Amino acid sequence: MSALNAKLGRDLWRMKGQALAIGLVISMGVMMQVMMSGLVASLTETRDAYYERYRLAEVFAPVVRAPEHVATRLSQVPGVAAVETRVTASARVDVPGRDLPVAARAISLPDRSRARLNDIHMVAGRMFDPTRPEEIVLLDSFAVAQGIGVDDSLGVTLNGVSHDFRVVGLAASPEYLYYSAPGELMPDDARFAVIWMGRSALAAATQMGGAFNEALFSLARGASEPEVLSRLDAILEPYGGPAAFGRGDLFSDHFVTQELSGLVASSTAVPPVFLAVAAFLLYIVISRLVQSEREEIGLMKAFGYTSTEVSIHYMKLVLAIAAGGALAGCLFGIGAGRAMVQVYLQFFKFPFLVFRLDPASFAIGVSASVTAASAGGLLVLRRVFALAPAEAMRPPAPADYSRAGKAFSGIARWLDQPSRMVLRRITRQPGRMVGAVIGIAAGMGLTLSMITLMAGFERTLDLSFTVLDRSDATVVFYGATSPAAVTRLRRIEGVTVAEPFRQVAVIMSNGRRSHKGAITGLTESPQLGRAIGPDYLPIDLPERGIVITPALADILGVGAGDMLTVEVREGAQPVLRLPVAAVAQSLLGSPAYMDLDALNRAMGQGPRASGAYLRIDEDRRTEVHSALKDMPGVAGISLKDDARIAFETIMNTGAGSTRYVMGLIAFIITFGIVYNAARVAQAERARDLASLRVIGFHTGETAFVLLGELAVVVLVALPIGSLMGHFLSSAVAKGFSTELYQIPAMFMPSSHGAAALIVLVAALTSGWIVKRDIDRAELISALKTRD
Amino acid sequence: MKDLDQRTTTFSTRGLTKVYGEGHSAVHALRGVDLDIGRGEIVVLLGPSGSGKSTLLNILGGLDRASAGSATYEGDSLTDMTDRALTTYRRDHVGFVFQFYNLMPSLTARENVELVTEISRNPMGPDEALELVGLKERVDHFPAQLSGGEQQRVAIARAVAKQPAVLFCDEPTGALDSSTGRAVLRVLRDVNDRLGTTILIVTHAAATAAMADRVIHFADGAIREVVVNETRTPPEEIHW
Ligand SMILES: Nc1ncnc2c1ncn2[C@@H]1O[C@H](COP(=O)(O)OP(=O)(O)OP(=O)(O)O)[C@@H](O)[C@H]1O
Ligand SMILES: [Mg+2]
Repeated sequence: MSALNAKLGRDLWRMKGQALAIGLVISMGVMMQVMMSGLVASLTETRDAYYERYRLAEVFAPVVRAPEHVATRLSQVPGVAAVETRVTASARVDVPGRDLPVAARAISLPDRSRARLNDIHMVAGRMFDPTRPEEIVLLDSFAVAQGIGVDDSLGVTLNGVSHDFRVVGLAASPEYLYYSAPGELMPDDARFAVIWMGRSALAAATQMGGAFNEALFSLARGASEPEVLSRLDAILEPYGGPAAFGRGDLFSDHFVTQELSGLVASSTAVPPVFLAVAAFLLYIVISRLVQSEREEIGLMKAFGYTSTEVSIHYMKLVLAIAAGGALAGCLFGIGAGRAMVQVYLQFFKFPFLVFRLDPASFAIGVSASVTAASAGGLLVLRRVFALAPAEAMRPPAPADYSRAGKAFSGIARWLDQPSRMVLRRITRQPGRMVGAVIGIAAGMGLTLSMITLMAGFERTLDLSFTVLDRSDATVVFYGATSPAAVTRLRRIEGVTVAEPFRQVAVIMSNGRRSHKGAITGLTESPQLGRAIGPDYLPIDLPERGIVITPALADILGVGAGDMLTVEVREGAQPVLRLPVAAVAQSLLGSPAYMDLDALNRAMGQGPRASGAYLRIDEDRRTEVHSALKDMPGVAGISLKDDARIAFETIMNTGAGSTRYVMGLIAFIITFGIVYNAARVAQAERARDLASLRVIGFHTGETAFVLLGELAVVVLVALPIGSLMGHFLSSAVAKGFSTELYQIPAMFMPSSHGAAALIVLVAALTSGWIVKRDIDRAELISALKTRD
Repeated sequence: MKDLDQRTTTFSTRGLTKVYGEGHSAVHALRGVDLDIGRGEIVVLLGPSGSGKSTLLNILGGLDRASAGSATYEGDSLTDMTDRALTTYRRDHVGFVFQFYNLMPSLTARENVELVTEISRNPMGPDEALELVGLKERVDHFPAQLSGGEQQRVAIARAVAKQPAVLFCDEPTGALDSSTGRAVLRVLRDVNDRLGTTILIVTHAAATAAMADRVIHFADGAIREVVVNETRTPPEEIHW
């Protein structure tokens, strides 16, 4: 059928603008799908490879002090594949030019061999020489953030003694992809350091000769982690310290997993929305396209082509566009996925990349677009076939406007002829108009949901750092300390308020659901760190019971009034049964609050505080900082401004950052939809428009007939788009919420205005392009042939 | 004899009726047409605009369905055929020249002809058909590059190229000057002579009637008068 194929090729060429716009929309939907799934697959794969190459331990068992020979017993525990012991210590690092000390962790590496577990990846310089105790290797990301280089010297306080160390190398470690300063939620490269040194040197500095205070384990294939944990706890009981924990509870891994699951969530929630909108649009456009070909279909049927032959011809056309768009989408998706992976590589600090594509995403993307296109084509073809060929091909097929006249004749009397044409067309062919309206509304909904999402991120930041946390700084002590430390803080000149809090590591459970986290004890009617209710008013913490956040309530499946089992993982490790007193509002993390006195009573250690929230006199900032720096017992100080920046960084570079790409895609789709609506209308009316010109209408008046229609369609679409966006927003916001932060989907008139503005700009641009074409159109050829 | 009648009759209609729309706005395009057309006949249909000529042609050509009455082709009932059977009928037996040229704008003259010959059983070559209508030089032009008359000639080439058993021509010369018109009529006559094709021509040019075996005068959806020509005038001798 060479003639038909020639027709196919030329038809595609003729409608190239429109085909391109349709292809673009569908390619954006598919691209999103491919990009996000490729991103998740690659990052997961890379993380696993990194862990494996540097032998990250699967179980960590911290103790107070255990003699080295215990390691032999540990290695005999069934399920344990390898054991490594090490010495670790809290430290403080003095960074030149910074008035606050930086909390640090010193970690030993074997003197004579490479670490069996938790090896490090040298980035610059060399390994320390175990015979030179002053040589250390520094965590690369901290060094970069603080501008410290190889061969610099570094003042480190270990066990109360100051040392002058020399940095001989910079390294990265899968154990410390992410880390946060003590007491902080968000990781921050600049405010926590890790130093690696020889085992004997660190043991000498911390009086740990012949002993270890942390054991690392890898597990045999098929070993049960909980069983191993309880066996290890039994052996290590006499040596003190908190219980052993699995890799999943390591801060760094937990965070990486959180971010990855954030990506997974947004990659499963958002791309299908985009794909569905694109597919729906494709359906509408294809059905209009086939509709506009009805004369040619009638003609082919008159010659004796069967319905099947005609269908195949049009399906080829439709599939060429849909499959072309989908394929382009796959290619874009691979490209964008690669680019995004590079960004995330830096974010996660993976030293290398394993790029993976998810074949299922190609299949989903391509089949969704092809199905939508075929459905659109087939449905209309069926309608066309139902007509007798004579009917289908009745030449210029003047549509029957007689019915439209009646209802609107009253209005029409007041309008000029072009306006009447617009009005009649809209009222006479509501089906086509509805399609265009829904298409544009869907595009606006998509854009609106993305704008709402962006605003939601802003909102989360604002709420967290102005309403929830009103302190200027947070001080964290080494462990739970007597309240005298807080009194000392109050005495510092410039500290106007110091409010103690206590943080206790716990496992909360309800039946089989459980969550490892912390309970924060707050003073009565606090000023600075507060639990806030859904109405943004502070909640009074009850004498008995616990206040949790919605994210936690979700995880544990409880509400106010339900009982929770709380296993404390510190001190005497009591197990508490506590009622949920209220569910508080929080957009950051999933904290749980208790009354400080009640918490202290439950812990049975007398009054204790693990830190304090401070309000600081702005003018005395530097004095306060230097006073804090020299204060014994202070493990770390975090300034709210720093914390806010750290948080912003995470939201803008982590899983949340895909919102920008998605926003851009939403905009492209919206534009494609509007442009398509204008183009289809133009294609359907080329002949009418040429006739108008011939009669003597000016190009402007002629364009008005077409653009007037577009304007009405867009105006009708705006409120519908607002509504669609409102519902899409909650789905999208949910997709972007993680355990670390929750993004609210708020109704904000300004977001709706912005989305409407984007649609209007798209409409104006499309209208301008189409008008330019009308101005240039060759009258004669448009009249001579049907088009 | 009845049997013999049936063999020589290509089309036969009885009480053929076509109503567009319904109720108040119903238009009676055909009001009970009884007509027999013999095999190999050239029939010219004359009549005022809106009298139902195109409607009759469309129904006999299997493009549209009657509202009532019957129409048969070679003894087969067109009015009872399924859509599929109608398609096969058109594909295997019928050629059309439409009142409006109805060319595919995206195909060249040759390709427009090929569109039909590709699905025909016994077609002539597309170039041969175009040569027949004097468009040998323009085979690679698109409809938009051709004059109205040239487009009409492509349409005729397209209709005769499949060498159909019956040919329906709706105002084939309406847009042509008289000498081109004569050439087109000559082509139709040749096809009729060579292949015995039954031809039905709708026209407003009364002079064309001279080339027919029979002339049917149409008015208001019904046959007014049938004139049988003793001899058919060769197209070259027709003037209008
Ligand atoms: N789809 C339709 N709906 C309603 N009425 C129709 C339709 N098609 C044709 N008619 C009406 O049927 C009648 C016959 O139309 P037809 O096209 O057969 O006329 P015609 O004799 O071919 O006229 P002309 O010489 O102008 O081509 C006309 O009154 C016309 O208005
Ligand atoms: Mg007619």
